[in-house]
Amino acid sequence: MNATVHPLRKYARPHVTRTTTCPGCGNGIATQAILRAIEELDLRMDDFVFVSGIGCSAWIPSPFFAADTLHTTHGRPVAFATGVKLGLPEKHVMVVSGDGDLTAIGGNHLIHAARRNIGLTVVLMNNGIYGMTGGQTAPTTPRGISTVTSPYGSLEHSFDIAPMIVSAGAAYVARWTTHHPRQLTKAIKKGLTKKGFALIEVVTQCPVQFGRASKLGGAVEILKHFKSNSVRIEKARKMDPAELLGKIVVGEFVDIEKPELSSEWTRLIHSMREGRQ
Amino acid sequence: MIKARTALAGTHFDMGNWACAEGAIAAGCNFVAGYPITPASEVANYMAKRLPQVGGIFLQTEDEIAAICSVIGASWAGCRALTVTSGPGISLMQENIGFAVSTETPIVIIDVQRLGPSTGVPSIGMAGDIVQVARGSHGDYQIIALCPESPQEMFDLTIRAFNIAETYRVPVFLMADGFIGHMREQIIIPPADQIDLVERRVPTVADPMKRQDFLDIGVAPMPVFGKGLQAHVTSSCHDEHGMRNLTEPAVMHRYVMNPIQKILTHRDQIVEVREDYVNADLVLVTYGTVSRSARAAARLARNQGLRVGTLRLITCWPFPEEAIRKAASRVNNLLVLENNSGQLYPYIRAEAAHASRVEFLGPQFLGQIHDPNAILEKVKEMLA
Ligand SMILES: Cc1ncc(C[n+]2csc(CCOP(=O)(O)OP(=O)(O)O)c2C)c(N)n1
Ligand code: SF4
Ligand SMILES: [Mg+2]
Repeated sequence: MNATVHPLRKYARPHVTRTTTCPGCGNGIATQAILRAIEELDLRMDDFVFVSGIGCSAWIPSPFFAADTLHTTHGRPVAFATGVKLGLPEKHVMVVSGDGDLTAIGGNHLIHAARRNIGLTVVLMNNGIYGMTGGQTAPTTPRGISTVTSPYGSLEHSFDIAPMIVSAGAAYVARWTTHHPRQLTKAIKKGLTKKGFALIEVVTQCPVQFGRASKLGGAVEILKHFKSNSVRIEKARKMDPAELLGKIVVGEFVDIEKPELSSEWTRLIHSMREGRQ
Repeated sequence: MIKARTALAGTHFDMGNWACAEGAIAAGCNFVAGYPITPASEVANYMAKRLPQVGGIFLQTEDEIAAICSVIGASWAGCRALTVTSGPGISLMQENIGFAVSTETPIVIIDVQRLGPSTGVPSIGMAGDIVQVARGSHGDYQIIALCPESPQEMFDLTIRAFNIAETYRVPVFLMADGFIGHMREQIIIPPADQIDLVERRVPTVADPMKRQDFLDIGVAPMPVFGKGLQAHVTSSCHDEHGMRNLTEPAVMHRYVMNPIQKILTHRDQIVEVREDYVNADLVLVTYGTVSRSARAAARLARNQGLRVGTLRLITCWPFPEEAIRKAASRVNNLLVLENNSGQLYPYIRAEAAHASRVEFLGPQFLGQIHDPNAILEKVKEMLA
């Protein structure tokens, strides 16, 4: 019998036969985008260290990906990854984690990694909610939405992550939704080839928790919402703020060259060694 | 065993914090992350200058949480990694100290203790963290902590801390304080070829499902990153291969107990004490800086014909219960001296009170070094 094998199965640990995501979750789309990017760049899993925090999204690489994988504490993957990258500057160090993990409890590490321009590729899964813990308000939850911790509607304003990380100093920042898998794959490829800190914000659906809280419905409805509300950044720049309310600005927010931290360390150590001789 | 690559061999006169930093360099440390804090800053400041000279990296992090996390990440990347802080920083690190315990990550944590609670007094030493380093992270675990009493020992025990960390794949604490951190004394650094270093064992089998990477009481080789070993490292409950398992009670039991047993079954190799109480009627039990006052007090007492000895705990964790029981079985009076309100005292009493009288004496003012004469007074009272 010839069983059909998924073309990306080769990137998964053989003994892992199922994922932990709910049906319809956007994590599957992001998983494929990450693995397609790796395949299209012709990279090997041995070239990678994957680092994740705590949350549904943090389980994307752990334990699924057949590579060195560091599944860390809540909010800290970027801090762990900083040590990994400085110890193994020649490897691709990719962080995959959620919006709560990376911008609430771990927000400080994220902005500082961008400031340092350390060569990490961060895939940030923004589902606008705390999925794993049962649908609490995240710093990304749109104002007014009722969650289990904002039952009268969230009174707070939400983060606009991509531009925030541009201001913090990242070399590459892009945002796409799970309705844009091809653009997303391309952005991850660019992030992986960028020498410097790269953030790919993935606006994704959590049909179980966010779907219920936002009353948007299931995966298909949320994806349709992404489709009809996404605005390319080039176009958004010409629109006035009032028009952009409730829209999801997608595209590349920054793509610049600047000295990357781990190679700066390699250079410094090298020059000191030369100096001594 | 391998030999140290570099060491500033010779006789020096410098601070304990300097000795600690040079000890780390001699031990092959090549990654340090930290956040400035008195009275520990000199270690980080000096490392920032010294490490690049020997091919290492110093990272000033955004906080102590990032310091401990990046040090653990660097250890998995194959580095010999260290972080240095004081009590407030340890408090912030606690969650991820548990991560290092659970993932069996060798790192060294220097705690140059200061007076607390909270922000307290930055420049005054105190032994306020001695229990929090062993019990401060949530869940159940064992820790290893060494207590130097001099700048020389800040050098020697930093090397020992790295060797223990690599031997058992554990985080190891060096519990200094503001006094010996800032104290200047003679420090003798031996030539590099006289310093033995434990080398990290790394597995050779490529498939993690065919290896034991974790939960080996006899210490598993460490599947460091970047060698194609496909290591899976998580502090969530995991099995011997490092794979998350949140369903099986037997795995949960091993996940908690085996790292504990790994330390306890090697207690004899880890624990180090100094005993000097033959024929004594009273023994002064101490660790760290206070040991200096205890020795001075014992000398004063002996000059007055009182038979007073000393027992110094160089390893405070795992708790040296055997050494305490032995002292209690041979000497009728134990006087515990600590620069705090009596943090190890209950642990010592639990091992000793069945066999001898056990009392406690703090310094007259917490944070000040015990006056040997005050110790002598208390000794006389107990022996009266
Ligand atoms: C220190 C700490 N606080 C809280 C938690 C509980 N916790 C686990 S996952 C999570 C939120 C995850 O949300 P997010 O990062 O958005 O990931 P998602 O599940 O939505 O993908 C929280 C609060 C924890 N594990 N550790
Ligand atoms: S709870 Fe939401 S984010 Fe988590 S797996 Fe389910 S759908 Fe995905
Ligand atoms: Mg989320």
